[in-house]
Amino acid sequence: MSIDQILGLVTGVVFGFLMQKGRVIRFEKQVGALLIKDMTIFKFMLSSILVGMVGIFILSDMGIITFSHKPMNVGAVVIGAILFGIGWAVMGFCPALPSQLWAKAVCTLCLALRECSSVRRYLPRFILSFNQPSWRGRISAKSVCRVLWAFPTGYSCRFSGRQRSDCLWCLRKMVCKI
Amino acid sequence: MRLKTKDGGWNPYFAGALVGILAIVSVCATTELMGKTNYLGASTTFVRAAGFVEQVFASEHVAQNTYFAATKIKVDWQFMLIIGIFLGSLISSLTDKSFLVEKVPPIWKERFGSSMAKRGAGAFLGGIVAMIGARLADGCPSGHGLSGMMQLSASSFVALVLFFAAGALTAVLVYKRRAS
Repeated sequence: MSIDQILGLVTGVVFGFLMQKGRVIRFEKQVGALLIKDMTIFKFMLSSILVGMVGIFILSDMGIITFSHKPMNVGAVVIGAILFGIGWAVMGFCPALPSQLWAKAVCTLCLALRECSSVRRYLPRFILSFNQPSWRGRISAKSVCRVLWAFPTGYSCRFSGRQRSDCLWCLRKMVCKI
Repeated sequence: MRLKTKDGGWNPYFAGALVGILAIVSVCATTELMGKTNYLGASTTFVRAAGFVEQVFASEHVAQNTYFAATKIKVDWQFMLIIGIFLGSLISSLTDKSFLVEKVPPIWKERFGSSMAKRGAGAFLGGIVAMIGARLADGCPSGHGLSGMMQLSASSFVALVLFFAAGALTAVLVYKRRAS
């Protein structure tokens, strides 16, 4: 990894950690802010902008950093921002906060591995003998659909069998199973 | 001022202030180590990720695409930032037991019922619209909302106000009706 990538990763880990600690990532908070029921995101953004602004303007005045203003292309910004707002409200997440979706992707992977446990069992045999069709039918259309649906919609961990799942428990279970 | 919220999180003002400090440190560090000032942002990475997928299936199209000619498809600082955000929030939620996988969020359920298919379709379509919007406006609530506002960019003021205005209007239209 280059220095750029390491720097990005470290910054991201801290950023993600703080966003989750500030509890600004969840659907309830995002849509709650848009419905003006939950002020968490407003507080979070206000305080980060204020603190960041002071530092960035000082650094800029000292000549250490340069600004990188986004172009003021009125039509594009107005239309784009309105479209984004519409999509944001329906989706309930925003691009900087993809961790929820990613966390769901990880759980989906757990599901996929479980659904395909028979595939795992049969995979070595499958590789050894391509003419053995016994693995077929083990992946049903239903199981594929379940995996595909689980990705965007989320998935209550089937390993723990409860809505609120402790992922460490889930991972441990998965590792043991494999 | 309480430092902890009821759900075990940190006070949003406190966490936000720390993000502000992170932004300052990050701007400094990228200028020093990479020679170019980088501000926190997210949406370009999603287009790059799409570019990676597209390259596999339609490499010619990607090669000819003017957007990808300007925005090189590579794993850069911001790409790693997004991966880091995932890891960081995962660590955070696992260590304070706030990790929760939600099939259908309660607000959505009240309005549209508990169908996962509906929620999936909604998230997918919403994602498409939001992403097109983020590209047109050249930023999302972190690029415009945080980084742009910190620099007092004119475009960010317009964008942030409209993000929330359009979002609030849509949210009221979508979620306020009674569930049938």
